Amino acid sequence: MGVHVHANVNGDNVEFTCPEDEVLLDVLRNRLGLTGAKEGCGTGDCGACSVILDGRLVCSCLVLGAEMNGRKVETIEGMADGGTLHPLQQNFIDHAALQCGICTPGFLIAAQALLRKNPDPSEEEIRFGLAGNLCRCTGYDKIVRAVQAAAKEMRG
Amino acid sequence: MSERVIHLWGALRPLVGGTAFVKIDAATIAELFARLIERYPGMELHIRRGVAVSINGEIYRDSWGTALPADAEIYLMPRVPGG
Amino acid sequence: MSLDSMNPKLVEKKFKVIGTRVPRPDGVDKVTGRARYGADASMPGQLFGLVLRSPHAHAKILKIDTSKAEQLPGVKAIITSADLPDHTGGDRAMMDILENCMARGKALYDGHAVAAVAAIDAATARKALKLINVTYKILPHVTDVDEALKHGAPILHEYIYTEGLPERPTAYSNWNKHGEFGHGNVVAGFKEADVVVAKSYKTEQTHQGYIEPHSVLASVSSDGAAEMWVCTQGHFVYRNHCAQLLGMDANKLRVTASEIGGGFGGKTHVWAEPLALALSRKANRPVKLTMTRDEVFRCTGPTSSTSIDVKIGAKKDGTITAAWAELRYHGGCFPANWAELGAMTAFACYDLKNVKTVSKDVVVNRPKTAAYRAPSAPMAAFAVENTIDEIAKAIGMDPVDFRIMNAAKQGTKSSYGPVYGPIGIGPTLVAAKNHPHMKAPLGKNTGRGMACGFWFNFGGQTCVDLNVTPDGNVTIAQGTIDVGGSRASIAMAVAEEMGITYNQVRSIIADTSSLGHNDMTDGSRGTFSTSMAAIFAARNAIMVLRERAAKTWDIPLAEVEWKDGAAHATGAGHGNRSPLSLKEIAHKAGQTGGPIAGHSELVADNAGVSFATHIADVEVDPETGRSRITRYTVIQDAGKAMHPSYVEGQYQGGAAQGIGWALNEEYVYGKDGRLQNAGFLDYRIPVCSDLPFIDTQILEIPNPNHPYGVRGVGETSIVPPLGAVSIAVTNAIGVRQLHIPMSPPRVLKSIQTKKSE
Repeated sequence: MGVHVHANVNGDNVEFTCPEDEVLLDVLRNRLGLTGAKEGCGTGDCGACSVILDGRLVCSCLVLGAEMNGRKVETIEGMADGGTLHPLQQNFIDHAALQCGICTPGFLIAAQALLRKNPDPSEEEIRFGLAGNLCRCTGYDKIVRAVQAAAKEMRG
Repeated sequence: MSERVIHLWGALRPLVGGTAFVKIDAATIAELFARLIERYPGMELHIRRGVAVSINGEIYRDSWGTALPADAEIYLMPRVPGG
Repeated sequence: MSLDSMNPKLVEKKFKVIGTRVPRPDGVDKVTGRARYGADASMPGQLFGLVLRSPHAHAKILKIDTSKAEQLPGVKAIITSADLPDHTGGDRAMMDILENCMARGKALYDGHAVAAVAAIDAATARKALKLINVTYKILPHVTDVDEALKHGAPILHEYIYTEGLPERPTAYSNWNKHGEFGHGNVVAGFKEADVVVAKSYKTEQTHQGYIEPHSVLASVSSDGAAEMWVCTQGHFVYRNHCAQLLGMDANKLRVTASEIGGGFGGKTHVWAEPLALALSRKANRPVKLTMTRDEVFRCTGPTSSTSIDVKIGAKKDGTITAAWAELRYHGGCFPANWAELGAMTAFACYDLKNVKTVSKDVVVNRPKTAAYRAPSAPMAAFAVENTIDEIAKAIGMDPVDFRIMNAAKQGTKSSYGPVYGPIGIGPTLVAAKNHPHMKAPLGKNTGRGMACGFWFNFGGQTCVDLNVTPDGNVTIAQGTIDVGGSRASIAMAVAEEMGITYNQVRSIIADTSSLGHNDMTDGSRGTFSTSMAAIFAARNAIMVLRERAAKTWDIPLAEVEWKDGAAHATGAGHGNRSPLSLKEIAHKAGQTGGPIAGHSELVADNAGVSFATHIADVEVDPETGRSRITRYTVIQDAGKAMHPSYVEGQYQGGAAQGIGWALNEEYVYGKDGRLQNAGFLDYRIPVCSDLPFIDTQILEIPNPNHPYGVRGVGETSIVPPLGAVSIAVTNAIGVRQLHIPMSPPRVLKSIQTKKSE
């Protein structure tokens, strides 16, 4: 039968029909062409699929497409302001906070959610705030430093 | 052409009767492998699988054209993979 | 092309670009989600591929009935091993790969592929799998390396007769290879010793744990030509293997490497790719096959679990008189040589008069193992470093001083045979001894441990194409894929060699039809060999640029010099000629002879061995057995750090993987031979809150066999952590740790056993 969904993704209104059991991650990647969110595990353990749903950080592999209806979704593709990178994005590049980059969209979204709630986090708060995102390449050192630098910059 | 002393790692020794080294007349790695196979046909399988050659401590995994200096310390080693 | 241009020897140079921290060319794409990984590409008409896998650890496959599945609307192709005929030409190694991709009559591990389906969507594919009826005859299984060696153990293959023994055995077994290394007389050496320590160690199986599951998009057309988009550490090797396994010519299969979401050795082998090609060939439509996380853990190539015995003897003054080890590793269900490799690396850090290592490689009912970052070395280092630590304690000598006393140096006969050239183990130990970490006060319940590690590093077949654009910039096409930022380093090397800015150079990864063969990005060879090839290609391009300037000025080539990105006329009478810049020469290229390029095809060899020393502080909770890293330092020789941030990143990443391996990660097999924890929840890798900042110290002892002194760096940093962390835990609780990982239950048991003594 399918579910009819109206939602707002990164500021754009979208409309589609999807099966009841299709997850938000697959809607984004396969229906809306937004492949920035990645499937690393499909079970909510790795955070590579992180997006922000009505202001709340979620694993999009654990949310149904149907749950998008009437709500606002923010993905990595909406983070930059046109050609200007968000301070988090710029600091990730400047601090070499990525190696293979597969976890990077998820980390950036999670960091954004963290800093919106807590603009001046301690190192421990950053580490626990990002504990839902797995990185296998960096050992997290440069990721934490990049978030600290971005937070400082964003506080002005 | 003088003979080179070629040291073998454990797995190759049974193929040459158990000794730890053999003496082979060869000026390059390619010649060495060819002569080894001629004399000990069982070597062919190992060389096909991959054998690295250490010449005075420098390890060559592929460059079969490399010269074998007359007095060099030459070791055959498994051609190890990386990750 | 002159012979001089291909000289790999170290050049004395004051660097302008090398050693700076430039932004990487793929950085913006990766922070905006624009970069395309394995699962991010699609083709019109593509089908969804899915694999049916054995739920049994060891079973004969009596019958596969696909008839019901074939009738399901939306199913376009189903394959079994019958669709993968043998094109290996008697090559046993290739046959093992083929049989591992899809079972041929026998399922050898839980997760072994038995059939595969291509359907119009995921739901149909899943339904189709349920309709495939497989009749199994379950066989007894064995998953432990020591159990597999016992008399009466279930046998996996009736064609395995142990290689490397003085006499070929008369009976087949699971023991595929015996190996030996060493020199001197260990029996005499042990007699000379004042103290002898002998211990047995075990390490459990771990996975590389890359966050991106394997994904391939394959399209075979009816004329036999094919393309593949795939995440891989080596698209040329994948091309060659897939072409051979499918009976295709290599030049008809064009493989494009996507961006890769981690590999660490686990994407150096084909699993799903031949299946996707076979499905596409049968369905005559593109097939996209992406593994689930469950499949990645169960059915790709983890590293070995091991069982290692070590015996070391030393005099009271600290001299090691003899060292011996027996290492037993498994290759999963197909023969491999991992124990042999472990036997080579085990004592590589030390200068030993009498040393012997023996290796036993075994098969068990587990997935076919693959390389994992410095394969085999971490386990061996864990066992050896703990025994070294124990002996140092028994003599009453400081563990760093004990190692410094016995460290290998230039002229040492290595434990695997050859004599060492200039090496960095001594400097890393001295740097560790003097590092502030060593003097920092220890917290409560906290122990400190240090350990060394060694790795080989490789070069291999590499080629690079350099082209000068009409507007005076430079493009590089490299064939080694970029795991962690090497495109930046390659562009830096070209900018340095040509005397231009980093921003004038852009590097891409070319597909397999655009370049000659390139070996995989493994063995820490990516930056080492590709930068060498890029330097040679740049030198060749400079030759052409000089020729064009000479032609333009109508002067002999010998009177043209290339300096600071421009051609200069040297010699008497040319003083007032303005230099011709790269831009000016490029602009006129059409009139002076055509497009300007430089190529390089080579085998980079002599990447040089590398050493590292790590220091770890670990706090152990005496009530729960839980360990927490409170401080960690990596000291490693990089030869020359082309981009220091990326070298630091390799050090930190390897250390983090080693820490996870030491404290938590393990494959848990049930009595039924099935993997119990095939997901990130229960296969627990370190998360951000588990680790502190990881300090790094880059030593630079130039590699004489690279123009800029570069050594491979990617792998060595996973070798010391198992040793450093376990020694730290040992010191924290006073009980020698012999079993990796030191998960809380194991550590708690140690604590409780000690209490009861």
